[in-house]
Amino acid sequence: MDTVAILFAVFSASTLASALRVITARNPVHAVLYLVLCFFSAACLWLLLQAEFLAIALVLVYVGAVMVLFLFVVMMLDIQIDRLRSGFWRHLPLAALVGVAIALQLWLVLANGHWQFLTPPATDIAKVGNTKALGELTFTEYVLPLQIAGAILLVAIVAAIALTLRRRTDSLHQRPSEQVRVRARDRLTIVHMPPAARVDAAHKTPVKEA
Amino acid sequence: MVSLSWYLFVGAVLFAISVIGIFLNRKNLIVLLMAIELMLLAVNTNFIAFSHFLGDLHGQVFVFFILTVAAAESAIGLAILVALFRNMNTINVDELDALKG
Repeated sequence: MDTVAILFAVFSASTLASALRVITARNPVHAVLYLVLCFFSAACLWLLLQAEFLAIALVLVYVGAVMVLFLFVVMMLDIQIDRLRSGFWRHLPLAALVGVAIALQLWLVLANGHWQFLTPPATDIAKVGNTKALGELTFTEYVLPLQIAGAILLVAIVAAIALTLRRRTDSLHQRPSEQVRVRARDRLTIVHMPPAARVDAAHKTPVKEA
Repeated sequence: MVSLSWYLFVGAVLFAISVIGIFLNRKNLIVLLMAIELMLLAVNTNFIAFSHFLGDLHGQVFVFFILTVAAAESAIGLAILVALFRNMNTINVDELDALKG
């Protein structure tokens, strides 16, 4: 057994074991932490496949951002675990049946193809580096999908903020847009008043018109 | 040398585990979202394994886009979850029956 095989065995075992714990953990916080471990070991597997950029991206984006988001939400919500866990094992036979069937089908298809004896061809990817090769492909051939992915992320930001933004109704606040839009005639009324008293009666106090 | 079949085996088992997780945790919305993330991870692993063994980088570009969409999906899913918990005070799937249909 060479080093790569040993590393593959270690990382895949840790991936699968932590994935099992994700779906069976009692406490959702533990489930998220096991999910972090699972993603981390999967990133190591991807490193073995010489996909360095995606492995680092998985750690940065998933472990760094998405899992922290999960953790925030899990800790923010007050979850009654016992009620969510009621009848947890009742569906295990059906679940196991479906899971084994899916795994078996995937295995039958995937293990009997002509790719069984494939060896990685010698390409010049290793010479320029995975990141550079991927970047060249992304920014030339896949420019339009990249823009669409950016738009999807923007939509996700707007949707997430719009869904969770809460407006307080009891606070006093300024409305800058209305302040900017205001005109002088909205605030100031000029009343034309003809002089009530004549000039020759100026020594008296002028009587204000009603 | 680890052959391609072993990577595909790991991907298949990971996918099956997440399907079982969806069955077991069908009341807990958070774990359901996590199981979906696991499924995407299994698919991505398959993509990268094929990409490596065929010497074709297009598979890795596809994984890149899947990661993008998955991040957007989980962000919106968690936002919906928070809004749901604020309004209904529960994330139990059985109790989320406000839609009459």
